[in-house]
Amino acid sequence: MQENIVLTEAAYYILLSLYTPQHGYGIMQRAEALSGGRVRLAAGTLYGALNSMCEKDWIIPLPVENGDRKKNYRLTEKGLQILKNELERLRHMVAEGDGVLKEEL
Amino acid sequence: MKETKTVFRLFFVWSFEKEEAWLNTMAEQGWALDGVGFGYYHFTRCEPGEYTVRSETRNVSSDYVSFLEETGAEYIGHVFQWAYFRKKTELGQFDLYSDLDSRIAHLKRINGVLYAAAFVNLFLGIVNRKGLGWINLLCFAMLTYAIGRIHGKEETLEKDRQLRE
Repeated sequence: MQENIVLTEAAYYILLSLYTPQHGYGIMQRAEALSGGRVRLAAGTLYGALNSMCEKDWIIPLPVENGDRKKNYRLTEKGLQILKNELERLRHMVAEGDGVLKEEL
Repeated sequence: MKETKTVFRLFFVWSFEKEEAWLNTMAEQGWALDGVGFGYYHFTRCEPGEYTVRSETRNVSSDYVSFLEETGAEYIGHVFQWAYFRKKTELGQFDLYSDLDSRIAHLKRINGVLYAAAFVNLFLGIVNRKGLGWINLLCFAMLTYAIGRIHGKEETLEKDRQLRE
């Protein structure tokens, strides 16, 4: 395993959206729905991130079926592991923040 | 037959946000961009505010175009490495970049193109120094200035990136 990877918000939501296979536009809609409308992935940003994630083997494109131009992606084992590690890191961050700021909240 | 018009206008490469804002003002006034060329823009009548227009520097591949089409956007055309897209506003918000990393990467791509053009002009300027090479050297000077402006934008974003996304 590589050393601690801190995901960007976009990367986190892309991986989360790909827990079930999705095509590009599906990822945008899923990320927006998951975050209650807060996270809007722009097309160029998403396209670049998907290509980098494929190169890193965090996700893989599924074979394109006849007549369907939409490319679907799914999470790899490696991608899932990275997502789990990130969730763990976020849990710690929230707990630590809560601990320090408990008087303020 | 829909009403059309062609507008001649040049923008400095570092004013690409201004260009995009102008194209969107045109769309708000009922003129949808449907063609581009060096120094000119072609528009067709549309409902005021029917479209959102976006542009970026990118080597547009068919893979990228079909990716964008999937989201409801249309590819209009390109001038050198500048590509233009539009999307009906009723189909939802249209942006190409949503974080600092991808905006920084975009500025780097712009400068990549400018560096290549500057190098070519410097080379031609030296080779043709007894003829019209001074024109190339002038272009080289202007491109160098543009690179500086784009680099300035990049540094501002990179400073922000140290603290946020």
